[in-house]
Amino acid sequence: MQQLPPWADAILIPIFSLLLAASLSACAILAIGENPMAAARLMVEGAVGSTYAWGYTLYYATNFIFTGLAVAVAFHARLFNIGGEGQAMLGGLAVALICLLIPWPHWILAFIFAAIAAMAFGAIWAAIPAILQAKRGSHVVITTILFNFIAAGFLNYVLVNLLRPASSMDPASARFPETTQLPTLHDLLALLNISFSKAAPANVSFLVALLACVLVWHLIWRTRLGYEIRAFGHSETGAVYAGISPFKVIMISMLVSGGLAGLMAINNVMGEAERLTLNATEGAGFIGIAVALMGRSHPFGVVLAAILFGALYQGGAELALWTSIPRELIIVIQALVILFIGALDNMIRMPLAHIYSAFRHS
Amino acid sequence: MSHDPPAIELKSIYKAFGSIQANKDISITVAAGSIHGIVGENGAGKSTLMSILYGFYKADQGEIYVKGKQILIRDSQSAISFGIGMVFQHFKLVENFTVLENIILGSEKGYLLTPALNQTRTALYDLGKDYELNVDLDAEIKDLSVGLQQRVEILKVLYRGADILILDEPTGVLTPTETEQLFRILRRLRNEGKTIILITHKLREIMEITDQVSVMRRGEMVGHLNTPDTTPEELAEMMVGRKVIHNISKSPASPKGTVLQVENLNVVDDLGVERVKGISFSVCAGEVLGIAGVAGNGQSELLEVLGGMRNGTGVVQVSDQQLDLSGPKATGKWRRNFGIAHVPEDRQREGLVMEYFAWENVAFGYHRDARYQKNPFTMDNSAIRKDAVGKMGRFDVRPRNPWLRAKNFSGGNQQKIVVAREFERKPNLLLVGQPTRGIDIGAVEFVHRQIIALRDQGTAILLVSVELSEILSLADRIAVMFDGRIMGERLPEQTDERELSLLMTGIIEQGHDPAI
Repeated sequence: MQQLPPWADAILIPIFSLLLAASLSACAILAIGENPMAAARLMVEGAVGSTYAWGYTLYYATNFIFTGLAVAVAFHARLFNIGGEGQAMLGGLAVALICLLIPWPHWILAFIFAAIAAMAFGAIWAAIPAILQAKRGSHVVITTILFNFIAAGFLNYVLVNLLRPASSMDPASARFPETTQLPTLHDLLALLNISFSKAAPANVSFLVALLACVLVWHLIWRTRLGYEIRAFGHSETGAVYAGISPFKVIMISMLVSGGLAGLMAINNVMGEAERLTLNATEGAGFIGIAVALMGRSHPFGVVLAAILFGALYQGGAELALWTSIPRELIIVIQALVILFIGALDNMIRMPLAHIYSAFRHS
Repeated sequence: MSHDPPAIELKSIYKAFGSIQANKDISITVAAGSIHGIVGENGAGKSTLMSILYGFYKADQGEIYVKGKQILIRDSQSAISFGIGMVFQHFKLVENFTVLENIILGSEKGYLLTPALNQTRTALYDLGKDYELNVDLDAEIKDLSVGLQQRVEILKVLYRGADILILDEPTGVLTPTETEQLFRILRRLRNEGKTIILITHKLREIMEITDQVSVMRRGEMVGHLNTPDTTPEELAEMMVGRKVIHNISKSPASPKGTVLQVENLNVVDDLGVERVKGISFSVCAGEVLGIAGVAGNGQSELLEVLGGMRNGTGVVQVSDQQLDLSGPKATGKWRRNFGIAHVPEDRQREGLVMEYFAWENVAFGYHRDARYQKNPFTMDNSAIRKDAVGKMGRFDVRPRNPWLRAKNFSGGNQQKIVVAREFERKPNLLLVGQPTRGIDIGAVEFVHRQIIALRDQGTAILLVSVELSEILSLADRIAVMFDGRIMGERLPEQTDERELSLLMTGIIEQGHDPAI
């Protein structure tokens, strides 16, 4: 089979996948009697047309960077962590406990400890499936999925019975105190005299997400541990030959993965909602799978894919607001993107590879 | 020789995979009722050519004639309909089916099984009698030896009506005795008028059984010869394109103190089967102990335990230090700390990470070495790359490009990367499994010379190989394993392949134990 050069693999294929997904979506929009061009314009406007739009897009993207990185790290060890959703829920619980139980003098302190606690809770939630995989061979795909349900049930119990203020009918925690409120991008950019929408939820967590990308990149490609994780992911027998402990690799990569997913809570729970709700994660744990796939499990690819999915999310919300196109159709568009990138990769890769080699020979 | 049209005639076959020309202007004529050998190094294009003939690939251009008629082979079904059958290197049999069920698999007539089975049974009985292919039709495949399984494959092909048989490296998995039997069957088939194409890289077999031989090199046909008119040396030269020294010249070993001492080693595999049954031996510094045996008699497990890849029980000492055979220190990491290097049997699954660049593979297993670290949190990748470029140069890895992934090197060059990594550290003990499996003659010679050079520097070497000629030419002492036990020990100059093969199959056992 012909091979594509790495740049084409990383750039051309996602672009073609997107174009195909977009044209199919256009057909769907046509079918319900709306104008696809107008819809596309509205989506792009709504996602990147203003600092308000960017504020929402980057807010969603922050969630997806964390969950995307979580999936990507596990991918390198050939582990499929589908439990990002549950790990992020537990991270949210950790953030709520930290913010509600301790009177913090300054947001920075609250932020640091909330982040540590969120990572710890997410990691613990991933640790159990990891042990089951490493010791008993129970497939991590199955166990992490089941742990999502356990996490949802557990969170439900905690919110209804323990964290819900006595006077409230809503299964949600009390609002976090003022001192734990994170600065938004508006506040941060104001320091640099750049004006940014005050209403948008993007906050300092976005910078943490970017930092996490750099650290993950270093971990995977520059450390001994990353070398071992990748070696194990490519060849388990090879890893055993080289004296790499499969147990250690499975545990560490799942702990890092769970920790990253848990860390998402500093964005959605602490940065945006400022209280813990039942549906805080909004499926970001699953979008992370698509983000990691599209980003080719590379941290920088994950950032780009996360921003794209953030834009799809935000643009979709705008579309639902201003047209009769239902929000569900946005889920259809996202699903099409995932389908083309994840499942139909070869359908796009092979013709592209043919065209590429034909070009090179002529 | 008859005056029939040739069984097979290929004219000017071309086949390219991307930019790689696997077959280039190949023409070959195979006379009916003959055994025709095709030899060539790995990657010379033999398998591609046969896959075209069997309908797996379509030639880019060229013509195929069978029995004088030009034909178009679309797929393996149409190849079978033209009377072409193929016996693969890796058998395609259903393990828990009987021989009979395997043979009718895919050619059942009608939807009721019993009449088809009975009909086939009679047909097979006649076939078996005609060609001396005796197999118990009701035995399950998993109970049969490899040699018998191969007979089932041959029967299957004959039952489908093939009169042109292609055999791809048929002796790779056989004992010398089984090989003898296979050759008897092949001669019989030829005498009954069948045509046989034999793909192999073992020149001795070509000399022994074929009538004509075609030599391929780098996708091209180098020549066609009548086997009686040629010599192994001439064939080897045609294959490689230069003279090859077959007998490695080595001085007698000068063994010093004992490095590896194994006492009463037992290994039980994951399924609870005892694979190594209480063996004891030792290897001295500066000598090569060769472990001969048919694959699957415990040699692999022996290497894996010593290399820290598998648990065992018993006492193993290396340079007077005892090795842990189970527990947290029974790993490849600790073995390397003891100065044990390991060239594993399967370079693609164990010795290399195929997706890793060559330079990453140069550090594989030694990635914890202090010289590869910049600080506790960062590996010094440029130091590894520098080391890799040096090693690839000294061990003649081609192409000498550290940024190429291991999977993109040929088998011989992959093995050279492993050898470079393991040999250059001057280990106390070197474990080597099948060092030349599936690599071309040039690389075989190179690897053999490196093994002897390392021995002469004082390394103790444990060599496991299923190639008797390799054991005979490299080992200073030979231990033969059969069914998890050491059947006996011989000195290479005092034994021959015949005696070793009897030991390897458990037919004779050495009563007295020499000073091991």
